[in-house]
Amino acid sequence: MSVATFIVPLVGWLLAPLLPGVINRVKAKFAGRRGQPLFQLYFDLWKLLRKGAVYSHTVSWIFWTAPSAGCAAILTASLLMPLGGTPALLALPGDIILFAGLLGLARFFTVLAALDTGSSFEGMGSSREVFIAALAEPALLLSLAAIARKITQYSLSEILPALSLWDWLQSTPALALATAALFIVLLAENCRIPVDDPTTHLELTMIHEAMVLDHGGPDLAFILYSASLKLWLMGSLLASLLVPVHAGHWALDLAIAIVGVFGVGVIVGVVESCLARLRMPIILQLLVGASTMAAVALILLLR
Amino acid sequence: MILILLALAIIVGSGFLSLLRGKQVRSASWIGVTGVWLGSVLILYAAGSVLFKGGMESWRREITIPGGALSLYLDSLSAFFLFPILILSSLAAWYGTGYLKPSKKNLGVHWFFYNLLVASMVTIVLAHNAILFLMAWEAMTLASFFLVTFDQEKETVREAGWIYLVASHLGTGCLFIFFLLIGAQHDSLEFERSNATANGGIFLLALIGFGTKAGLMPLHVWLPEAHPAAPSHVSALMSGVMIKTGIYGLLRACELCGSLPAWVAWVVLGMGMASGILGILFALSQHNLKRLLAYSSVENMGIIAIGLGLGLLGISHHVPGLAMLGFLACLAHIINHASYKGLLFLCAGATGHATGTLDMNLLGGLLKRMPWTGATFAAGAAAICGLPPFNGFISEFLIFAGAFRAGTTSNGEVAILCLAVIAGLAFIGGLAVAAFAKAFGTTFLGEPRSEYARQGHEVEVSMRWPIVLLASLCLILGITGPLLVPKLFPVVSGLTGYSQEIFQRELGPLMAVLPKITLASLVFFAFFAVCFALRRWLLLGRVVEQNTTWGCGYLRPDARIQYTASSFTQPFGDLFHWVLRTQRWMAAPSGFFPKPTSFRSETPDLCQGHLYHPAFLRLNWGLSKLRWLQHGKVQLYVLYIAAVLMILLVWKLAV
Amino acid sequence: MIDLLLILVVLTNLKLLGASRLGASIRTVAAQGVVLGLLPLVTHPHPLSIRILELAAGSVIIKGFLIPGLLFRAVREVDVSREIEPLVGYITSLLFGLAALGLSVWFGAKLPLPMGALSSWLVPVSFFCIISGFFLIVARKRAVTQVLGFLVLENGIYTFGVGAMQEVSPLVEAGVLLDVLVAVFIMGIIIFHISREFEHIETDRLSTLKD
Repeated sequence: MSVATFIVPLVGWLLAPLLPGVINRVKAKFAGRRGQPLFQLYFDLWKLLRKGAVYSHTVSWIFWTAPSAGCAAILTASLLMPLGGTPALLALPGDIILFAGLLGLARFFTVLAALDTGSSFEGMGSSREVFIAALAEPALLLSLAAIARKITQYSLSEILPALSLWDWLQSTPALALATAALFIVLLAENCRIPVDDPTTHLELTMIHEAMVLDHGGPDLAFILYSASLKLWLMGSLLASLLVPVHAGHWALDLAIAIVGVFGVGVIVGVVESCLARLRMPIILQLLVGASTMAAVALILLLR
Repeated sequence: MILILLALAIIVGSGFLSLLRGKQVRSASWIGVTGVWLGSVLILYAAGSVLFKGGMESWRREITIPGGALSLYLDSLSAFFLFPILILSSLAAWYGTGYLKPSKKNLGVHWFFYNLLVASMVTIVLAHNAILFLMAWEAMTLASFFLVTFDQEKETVREAGWIYLVASHLGTGCLFIFFLLIGAQHDSLEFERSNATANGGIFLLALIGFGTKAGLMPLHVWLPEAHPAAPSHVSALMSGVMIKTGIYGLLRACELCGSLPAWVAWVVLGMGMASGILGILFALSQHNLKRLLAYSSVENMGIIAIGLGLGLLGISHHVPGLAMLGFLACLAHIINHASYKGLLFLCAGATGHATGTLDMNLLGGLLKRMPWTGATFAAGAAAICGLPPFNGFISEFLIFAGAFRAGTTSNGEVAILCLAVIAGLAFIGGLAVAAFAKAFGTTFLGEPRSEYARQGHEVEVSMRWPIVLLASLCLILGITGPLLVPKLFPVVSGLTGYSQEIFQRELGPLMAVLPKITLASLVFFAFFAVCFALRRWLLLGRVVEQNTTWGCGYLRPDARIQYTASSFTQPFGDLFHWVLRTQRWMAAPSGFFPKPTSFRSETPDLCQGHLYHPAFLRLNWGLSKLRWLQHGKVQLYVLYIAAVLMILLVWKLAV
Repeated sequence: MIDLLLILVVLTNLKLLGASRLGASIRTVAAQGVVLGLLPLVTHPHPLSIRILELAAGSVIIKGFLIPGLLFRAVREVDVSREIEPLVGYITSLLFGLAALGLSVWFGAKLPLPMGALSSWLVPVSFFCIISGFFLIVARKRAVTQVLGFLVLENGIYTFGVGAMQEVSPLVEAGVLLDVLVAVFIMGIIIFHISREFEHIETDRLSTLKD
C-alpha cells in the first residue's frame, strides 16, 4: 500500500465538485453563453454549509440523517474505485458488487428521505428513481461482467489497471458495447439528460431534483457533494476504460486519468447539449437497450 | 442426544400443560413460552457443540412399522438448521405473549400447536429415517394449519387455511413417492448418503414436494394466502424458518440421490430465477403489508434456490469454487432471511396490532408514533434489499462472487447460466429496493393517511424486545458476517464432499480478503459519524426552523395529496402488466365540477387465477362424474372395500 | 474487419427490434444494407476483381439507397403516421432478439458449414438476420414494417451467400436481390391498393376479407 492509494480517493474528494462545472461550461459553450464559473459548485457548497436549515413539520429522523448517511455511503464507495492504474484502498474480488451495493444504499436513503416529506412531487420523484435504478442495475453489472470476462478478474482494482490498448484492439466491438452501456448507466444514475434534467424548473418533470426539494443548508450541501462524487466515480470508471494508457509512473498515470475523467465530463456535456430529455417509455427502452448491449458484449466474449 | 430428547419432551410437554391451562390466558402463555425457551437452550447447546467442535450424534430405536425406526441423527447440516429454527421460535414466542394478550380465545390450544410446530421442525431436521421424517413433516403441516386458522371465525382465514392444507398435502404426496423410490433403491428407509448416479426424475419429485413447502414458483400459491391470515408471530415463524425446512429437505434429497444430472441444476436455477423475479414483482404490487412480505418470501426462497442451483451446477460441471460459493450463499441466505423476515413480520404484526389495519394505503406517518417498530422495520427493509452493511448483502455477495468467478473464467453453459444469474439477481435487487422503499415509506413515513394510522401507538415491551433483538442481529450479522462465512464450510463439506484442502485452494484467497467488507462497513459508520457530527456542529447556534412541506405554492396541503403505495408502483405495474395483470377500477374526474373520484387496484396471484383455479375446476367437474359411486349407504362402502381387497388378492396371486 | 461489419449488422437488427419510429427503422435497414454491401470487399477470396467491386457497389446502391428510398416514398405517398404499432412490445422484442442471438450463436457452433472458416460470425449473423426478419414480419402490424422484415430476412440469406461465395456463383445473390425488388414493388402496389380501398394499411384488417 503506497502513498498513491491514499492520494487517489483524496483527488476524487477534492476534484469531484469541479466535474459538474466542466459539464456546465461545455453546455454553455454549445449554447453560446459564457456560463457559470468552473468552480460554481464549490461556492455553492461553501454557501450552503454556512446556512441554517428549515425542516418540514412532517419529517422524522430519517429525513435529517439521510443526507449524511448517503454521503457516507458514496465516500465509502470512493475507496473502491481505482484510478490511473493505482489500485483502490479497499480492493477485493467482487468489490464491483460492494460498489453497486453502496450506491444502492445511498439511493435508499435519498428515496426514504423524499417519502418522509409527504410531498407528492417527492413521492413521484422517488418512484421514478427506483424504477430507473432497477432497470439500470442489470446494465451496470452485466457490462462490468463483460469487461471482467475480458480480463478474467472480478475486482475493479484488478480489471481497470490491467486493461490495455491491446485488449481494445483484440476485442473492439465487445469493449465498445460494454463502454457504451456503462455510459448510458452513468447518464441514468447521475440524472443527466436524456434521462433526467438537472436544470429543469418544473417539479413534475424532475426525478432526482424532485426528491431533494425540501432539503436545505448543510444537508443540501451533503447531497450536492455526494451527487458530484458519484458522478466522479462513474466518470473514473469510464475514463479508465476509455484511456487505458500506462505511462510507467503512477503520478503521470494519475494525471492522465484525471484528464480522462474531465474528458468524460466533456462528453457528457456534449451529449446533454445535443439531446433533449426523453419520455419515460423511451427512457425505459434506452435502459433495456443498455442491458442488451452489455449482453451482446458478453455473447461476443463468450465465444 | 439425550439432552435433545429431553428438550423435545419439555417443548411438547409444556404445550400439553398449556393446553390444560387453556382458560387462564397468562399462565397458558407463560408455560408455553417457557417450554420453548428451555428446550431451545438445551438443543442449541447440543447443536453448538456439533457445529463448532465437529462430530455427530445419533440415537435409534426400532418401532414396529415395516421400515420404521425412530432414528435421530445430528450432523453439521442439522445443527446448522437448528440455530435459525430455535432462535426465531423463541423470539416469536416471546412476542406472541404480548401479541395475543388482548385475545379472548383459548390460548392453550394456540400454544399447544405452537410448541408442537417447534418440536416437529426440530424433529424434521434431526430425523434420519423416511417414516419418522414424514411423520414429523405431517405434524408440522397440521400444527401450522391450526395456527394459521387461529382467527377461524373469519371467512378469509378459513379459506387461506384450506388452500394451505391442500397445497401442503399435494406436496407431501410427492414426498411419499420420492421416499419410497429412494427407499427401494437403497433397500432401506434410513437416510444414507448415496454415491450412485441418480435419476433426475426422482429428484424432480422431491423438488415438487419440498418446493411446495419452500414456496418456489409456481408452487407458491399458499404463501400469500396463509401468511397474512396467521397471527404475526406465526407468520414470522412460518416465513422465517418453516418454509426453510423445504430447503433442508432439498439439501438432504441431494445427499440421498447422489450425483445429479446437469439438467437438474438448470431446473433449480430456473425455478429460483422465476421465484425471485416474479416474487418481487408481485410483492411490489401488493397493498397489504403482510401479503407483500409473503411474496417477498417467495423472492428470497428464489434467491436461496439460485444459490443451491449454482452449487449443483458447480458440482455437475466440476467447478468446485462455484459449487462451494453457491452452497455457502444458500446457507448464509437461510440464516439471513430467517432474521430479517422474522423481524419484518413481527414489525408488520405490531403495526396491525397498533392501528387495526395492514392496508398500506391507509397507513403513514407511523415512524413518529411507533419509533421502535419503525426504526427496526427500516433496518429489516435495508437488510432484505441486500444493502451493506446489513446481513442480506453478505449472502447476495456470495452468490454474485460465485457467478462472477465462474462467469469470467468458465466456458459454455456454466458461464451462460452464471451471467444470467448476475443479470437476474441485479434486477431482483433493484426491484427489492423499490418494494421495500414503498413498504417502509408508505407505512411509516409522511403523514397518516387515515384514522387508523392516526391512532397508532408504540407496542408493549414484550413485543418490542424481540424485534429490537432481531434488528440488532441483522446488523451484527451484516458486520461480522464476512468473518463467519468460512465457519460454515464444515456444513458445505458435509453436503458436497469437498475437503478442506480444496476449499483452501479454491476459495482461500477470497476468504482471506472477505474481512475487507467488514472494514468497509466500519468505514461507512465512521464516515457517517463524521458527516453527522459535522452537520450537528454546523447547525449549532444557527436558525433551524419548521415549516410545511414544499407543495409548489399550494398552501393547504393535507395527507391526501401524498403519493400512495399504488401510485408509487404504477410505473412497474405498467411495464409488467403482461405478467402482473393488475386490475384497476377508476372513476376519473370529468367536467368543470368533478364529482368525487376513486381509484382502486388489486393484483391477484397469477398462478392461482390462471393455473390452479381452472385446473381444480376441471378436476372437480371430472370427479363429479363419479358421484354415483357415493350413496351414503354403509353396506355399499363395505362392498367397495371388499371388492378392492379381492381384486388386489387376485392380482397379486396371478402376477 | 469482417467481424466488425457483422457485429454492426447484429446491432442494426437489435436497433430495428427496439425502434418505435418508421423513419428510423427504414434508415436502420438502409445502414444494414450499406454494411452488408461492403461485406464482399473484405470476404473475397482472391485479389480484388471487378466483379466483386460491381457486386459491392450494386448491393450498396440497391440495399442502402434504392429500396429504402422506395419505402420512404411509399410511406410519404400513403401518408401514414410515424409510429410502428407493434403487436409485441419493443422491450419484449429486444429481449427476444437477445435470445435469438444466443440461439443463432449456438446454431453456428453446431453447424459445421464451410464458410464458417471465413469468420466464426458469418453463420450466426445470417441466422440471426433470418430469425429477426421472421419476427418482424410476425410481430408488427404495418405492411411497411413487414417489407422491412422481409428485407432483413433477405439480408440473412445474402450474408449466407457472401460466405458461400467461394463455391457458389453470385448469380444466386443477384436472383435473391431481384426477388426482393419484385417484392418491394408488389408490396408497394398492395400498400397503394390497401390505402386506396380501406384508408389504412394494416394487414391484419385484411383478415376481414377472408370470407
